[in-house]
Amino acid sequence: MRVVLVDAGGTNIGSVRYALQRLGTDAALTADPARIRAASHVILPGVGAAGPGMRRLRDAGLVEVLRGLTQPVLGVCLGMQLLCERSEEDDTECLGVVPAAVRRMPGAPGLRVPHMGWNTLRATASHPLTEGLRERDTAYFVHSYAVPVGDYTLVSSEHGQPFSAAVGAGNFMGMQFHPERSASVGAQLLRNFLSL
Amino acid sequence: MLSRRIIPCLDVRDGQVVKGVRFRDHVVVGEIVELALRYRDEGADELVFYDITASPEGRRVDRDWVERVAREIDIPFCVAGGIRSVDDAREVLHAGADKISINSPALERPALVGEIAGAFGVQCVVVGVDSLRDEDGEWRVRQYTGDPSRTQALRKRTLDWIEEVQRLGAGEIVLNCMGTDGVRRGYDIEQLRAARAVCHVPLVASGGAGEPAHFADVFRDADVDAALAASVFHSGDIAIPTLKRELRAQGIEVRA
Repeated sequence: MRVVLVDAGGTNIGSVRYALQRLGTDAALTADPARIRAASHVILPGVGAAGPGMRRLRDAGLVEVLRGLTQPVLGVCLGMQLLCERSEEDDTECLGVVPAAVRRMPGAPGLRVPHMGWNTLRATASHPLTEGLRERDTAYFVHSYAVPVGDYTLVSSEHGQPFSAAVGAGNFMGMQFHPERSASVGAQLLRNFLSL
Repeated sequence: MLSRRIIPCLDVRDGQVVKGVRFRDHVVVGEIVELALRYRDEGADELVFYDITASPEGRRVDRDWVERVAREIDIPFCVAGGIRSVDDAREVLHAGADKISINSPALERPALVGEIAGAFGVQCVVVGVDSLRDEDGEWRVRQYTGDPSRTQALRKRTLDWIEEVQRLGAGEIVLNCMGTDGVRRGYDIEQLRAARAVCHVPLVASGGAGEPAHFADVFRDADVDAALAASVFHSGDIAIPTLKRELRAQGIEVRA
């Protein structure tokens, strides 16, 4: 197994890498197209905004590389949003491998944005990525934009309205929450991804 | 449903967790990673590490311990103290912290909030606000509270500052109510309610926790998203599993 973390300058790369190490997997950090193509599993982390995130991928020449991957690919947080078609954030065209559009989460009295903290996960589809997920399991979220619920939704959560906590479209998967910071639940879901 | 968060705050000096009156009589209570893991195991939802040496000495947070914590713990953590620039923030975030918290440097130069938010996103920018009620009844901001000899009362009204930092890009606000801090008679519900009314991002209550009922009060009556405490957790007076059981019994959503 050769797991790589796409190094496009996101700030949670270290945390995701450490989480994989705790599972006994040493993932290389790379922006090298050849190494990314040759990997068994590719993880696209990322914290920050969609506009700069896509710009970094373009500058690194990785847009077509990522679109063309056929092995399991996991986007985490912003990384998941970048897998979608578009994001309302900075009106950004994204990778377009998950047929969804990312929208700003509406705030309201009693409904804070960013959505920050531990929220309940609900598996909406049977998928190897969500193996072992139990009712009332929670994960740590911190985000202001979200992917609506659709055919691609594997796990949903709710903040005022339902949104996709995890998505899957073929070999491309995403987690809106931070598995690297979601205690044992996060570890289980990362383990699931690595066993795909 | 989004849970209410319980956040122990750990003071760090020279790479170790200490307790005591800030700047005086510090007693080492343990090794950072060891304590972080203990709180994680007990069910803390998040941790705040406050580097009490970094800020007054004008130096940055030591990247080394941040990285050690990031390697070991699997819950989110925030680092406060000594962050005065985008470069400082980058250093700490790249070492693995999920959020950084700024307080006095934001008062010195409010644009810093927007600069860090622009570089890394609002989700990792926490603004700490130290606040005390003045004799005219207004809550106003205090600066440099880490060092009693340097602490300054500012003219800035606390509620105005909370609105201002949100416009600048704060993703979360920790309101430390100095009037109730250290007294253990409960959070300052009145002030936190007033802050809640103008705070549209997550709000963390700080200062005054003495017993589990105080946490229930502040969640129910001030609708804060999280409650932070230090001494009651370090002393063992409140155990997090017990606290969460009591909150759950009162119908307050907390993470199991």
